[in-house]
Amino acid sequence: MAILEVHNIEKHFGATRVLEDISFSLEEGQALAIIGSSGSGKTTLLRCLNFLETPNKGRIVVQGKTLFDAADPATQKESEIRKKRLHFGMVFQSFNLFPQYTALENVTLASQLLAKERPDFKANKKQIFTEIEAEGRELLAKMGLAQRADHYPHQLSGGQQQRVAIARALAMKPDILCFDEPTSALDPELTGEVLKVIRSLAEQKTTMIIVTHEMAFARDVADQVIFMDGGVIVEQGDARQVIEHPTQERTRQFLSRYEENS
Amino acid sequence: MSFQTVNLMLGKSFLLNCQIFFVTLLLSLPLGLIVSFGTMNQWQPLRNLPQWKMLRRLSKWKPLVALSKWRPISWLSRVYVYLMRSTPLMLQLALVYYLPGFLNPGHMLSRMTAACVAFVLNYAAYFSEIFRGGIQGVPKGQQEAGQVLGMTKSQIFYHVTLLQVIKRIVPPIGNEIITLVKDTSLANFIMVKEIIAMAKEFGNKSMIWPLFYAGVFFLIFNGLVTLALSKTEKKLDYFR
Repeated sequence: MAILEVHNIEKHFGATRVLEDISFSLEEGQALAIIGSSGSGKTTLLRCLNFLETPNKGRIVVQGKTLFDAADPATQKESEIRKKRLHFGMVFQSFNLFPQYTALENVTLASQLLAKERPDFKANKKQIFTEIEAEGRELLAKMGLAQRADHYPHQLSGGQQQRVAIARALAMKPDILCFDEPTSALDPELTGEVLKVIRSLAEQKTTMIIVTHEMAFARDVADQVIFMDGGVIVEQGDARQVIEHPTQERTRQFLSRYEENS
Repeated sequence: MSFQTVNLMLGKSFLLNCQIFFVTLLLSLPLGLIVSFGTMNQWQPLRNLPQWKMLRRLSKWKPLVALSKWRPISWLSRVYVYLMRSTPLMLQLALVYYLPGFLNPGHMLSRMTAACVAFVLNYAAYFSEIFRGGIQGVPKGQQEAGQVLGMTKSQIFYHVTLLQVIKRIVPPIGNEIITLVKDTSLANFIMVKEIIAMAKEFGNKSMIWPLFYAGVFFLIFNGLVTLALSKTEKKLDYFR
């Protein structure tokens, strides 16, 4: 069974239709790359999955459970949406780290707040916090940032900040980790270190959705690829297949422009 | 009259200024925060009324469309801020002091209470606009980052936004606080015998220097305020 099924998602802002009839599914342990030019709706799609936008139509199903159904208001309660968001992790283009917290605090803050809702929190407070901190340090170490745990975001390079953001998303143990153009705000040198981290996550079979402009990366790391244009899915399939041998004229056009530039 | 006597009398009356100052600061900051939330409130009760929907379909008449988008809480807060910022504080002092007795003869507020109420109402309006600027100045991405990590709205406010807001508003709030210290002497308009009123009394006895000497009290007080402010700013310097 697919870990994620997206059925006929549609989203409009006023009269502008941003997403139209988006459907796809994702197997556990797979990486899905979403490519397409700016304004094609890729980011909006990710934001819909994270409930930062509410789709006007469609359903989102995770592990067989319907998380969202535009036709069923019972699935849209604010109090429950908060918990549902935890199925998804999100890494933003502009990192969005909390500037007043150290790298470690950025990673542990949400877990600490969530732990307060546990019934055994009062009795085991110390132990719970120690565990959360240990997990946070471990995640940062995995990102190659063990030495940077006590640095504040402004003391870190863009690539380091984005890796902290990845650790922060992983700390909530999401079923599916979403990346929204994770390297678009970085220069080529820093891009490499972030892509390396994402690649190693893919090797560890983390289920991921990556919106990206890095075609070679999408081809090598992703299992599936979706090409979007004008709010619709133009082509989807095996990553290598779609990027090397696109069947649609529009996809070919888009990819050839990348080849020209590289 | 000796310098020491003048000093003592001015100092005693300056205590009234201090009282107004601390009461105003203590109450107008939280009130200002509430007003700023009011201004930013998005509640539009008329938007989804079915009757309106029908009317709107019939007519694109602009006032009708505007009315359906009416945000009453925000509107009320903005009217409040407008009134408080656009009329002289002296007038507001007089209104708060004389109005209760006018409406209900025999029941007047004490001069000090009236002064404090007027100052709190007035300064809350200014503070609310500073808070609003500070809150709206925090990038939307901060809130979204909190949301995708499963935080509640209040957790996001207290653990993510608040400190960033405070860092942003310390300089403009500082300006207002320093102004407030000096504005407290406007209370003499409703015959509160604060330091300037006292100094003027010396003037009536043809002693001019106490009036100017009263300035020293303000200089010292605001010197301390300035120090406290720059300390606060330094404390928040560890992040950007």
